[in-house]
Amino acid sequence: MKKNRVVLLEALLLVLALCLGGCGGKEEGKTLSLTNVSYDPTRELYTEYNALFTAGWEKTGGKPLTITQSHGGSGSQAISVSQGLEADVVTLALEADIRAIEKAGLIREGWRGELPKDSAPYTSTIVFLVRRGNPKGILDWPDLAREGVGVITPNPKTSGGARWNFLAAWAYAQETLGGGEEACRDFVGAIFRNVLVLDSGARGSTTSFVENGQGDVLIAWENEAMLTLQQHPGEYEMVAPSISILCQPSVAVVDEVVDKRGTREMATAYLEGLYAPETQRLVARYFYRPSDPDILQEFADSFDLSIRMTNIDHFGGWGQAQQRFFADGGVFDQIYEK
Amino acid sequence: MTRSMKNNKGPGRRVIPGFGVSLGVTLTMVSLVVLIPLAALAINALQLSPGEFWAAVTRGRVLSSFAVSFFSAILAALINLAMGVLLAWVLVRCDFPGKRMLDGLIELPFALPTAIAGITLTSLTVPGGWIGRVFAPLGLKIAYTKVGIVVALVFVGIPFVVRSVQPVLEKLDGSFEESAFLMGADNWHTFRRVIWPEIRPAALTGFGMALARGLGEYGSVVFIAGNKPYATEIAPLMIMGQLQSYDYGGATAIALVMLAASFLILLLMNIVQARAARRTSG
Repeated sequence: MKKNRVVLLEALLLVLALCLGGCGGKEEGKTLSLTNVSYDPTRELYTEYNALFTAGWEKTGGKPLTITQSHGGSGSQAISVSQGLEADVVTLALEADIRAIEKAGLIREGWRGELPKDSAPYTSTIVFLVRRGNPKGILDWPDLAREGVGVITPNPKTSGGARWNFLAAWAYAQETLGGGEEACRDFVGAIFRNVLVLDSGARGSTTSFVENGQGDVLIAWENEAMLTLQQHPGEYEMVAPSISILCQPSVAVVDEVVDKRGTREMATAYLEGLYAPETQRLVARYFYRPSDPDILQEFADSFDLSIRMTNIDHFGGWGQAQQRFFADGGVFDQIYEK
Repeated sequence: MTRSMKNNKGPGRRVIPGFGVSLGVTLTMVSLVVLIPLAALAINALQLSPGEFWAAVTRGRVLSSFAVSFFSAILAALINLAMGVLLAWVLVRCDFPGKRMLDGLIELPFALPTAIAGITLTSLTVPGGWIGRVFAPLGLKIAYTKVGIVVALVFVGIPFVVRSVQPVLEKLDGSFEESAFLMGADNWHTFRRVIWPEIRPAALTGFGMALARGLGEYGSVVFIAGNKPYATEIAPLMIMGQLQSYDYGGATAIALVMLAASFLILLLMNIVQARAARRTSG
């Protein structure tokens, strides 16, 4: 008898365990919700924007709204969304990541034209961060290729953001060395042979440079560099190279999800709100360049507007750039395989 | 049924009640958490043609990352084996103030998020760090070298050996050593002939677990390794790289090779252990 009871109990437990897996996660209520899947350095920016948007939404008669934000490496986030993490909108570090979600069939083709400025409401560029007094006299890209200079940059293979770093150096080489592929590869190769630590992500590189005191120069996004300057006043200097690249973190509505959840209108309003003058000033406070040229001018003191910037179209768009530079056996691999 | 099982008091008597259900639960759990994910991995990798698979796992950088991963994981597991047995011995046989504290600290590497472990170890072992400062004048660099990888793996793997060996040592009768000593064996002989055979299975289990953990460890290693191609790139990093390029096939191919190799190593160890056990008992 006793044994039977134990068996019954075990069976019950099993049923219960299976149920927990199957019946969880149903969500209904009177409040609306919106999920924004973003990448690491935008956490504080979106916390503030979400409050701003929610207040505006509720004031104009919308139902109470909760915005959930998720942050992580841009590439990992794109994989999560492709595999079913329910995001109404994605705000990632580069177009290639959103294209991956497009390829998974969740975002319709042509999303890049749906919002102004190639769907990039804020931009940044690639700059150098050096130690106080710039002891190695680093002024431009060739200084990074010099012998005896220690460079810190994340790995373009594991960090989407770091692909801009690589392309910025390439753009400089192309412009100054006449554009021969061989010459460019040698130049960028010399820079990467000076790399002491090839971290897996941008924040990791900042840690290596700042906390662990590695290297003479950190190749970084301007917003990350400015954040470091703010957190460690007087310890570092920012150096703008003569040629850099316009980094365009892209945003998009995830069509499949908003159509299923009926949140398209709200999600679109959320992304369009990023272009409003008030938000554009907000992004500047978080060291991103507003994409609205008039508002960018208001912050001419904060941003070096003299940097010559190429952009991704110069490389034939992300599809081509990814294939040529960062795929297996691509230019980045060749640099090391020589 | 129940009655006949109750009457069966021979060696075939079932100790665990509800054997059928237990087996069912076990099989379900093993399938859900182990077999199905592993099968999915294999299926993913099979999407590649044999040629593509071969190309994905034999690129120079991938091969060198396999070498780095296996070399450092084996070395770290060996260090853990030696240090773990020693630590377990001290914890069981010696009495000193703060022993309970030390005992409690052993599991900390498990509880600590590995990224924190990696960042902390790195800042300690860079040339200007507390530990790095000591070794820098000797010309030994720890952070951003293979040494750093081994340090991280020793850190995350040490609890496995200590916690496997400790309970066996606790049960080991002190009179064994006494008799060995009385019969004229010196310390080394006592350890090798009397103690080691007793703790060997447990020590090897700990070694195997530390090794397996070391092969798969990513979080702590990426911070301390420096991730330089052909020098300090580990295989899990190559997998992450492939994923960031949305090359799922390439990523799973590398993962499958890692998995197969780990399985072989662990299987081999089990066989060796079983042989050794038969030899001592027979």
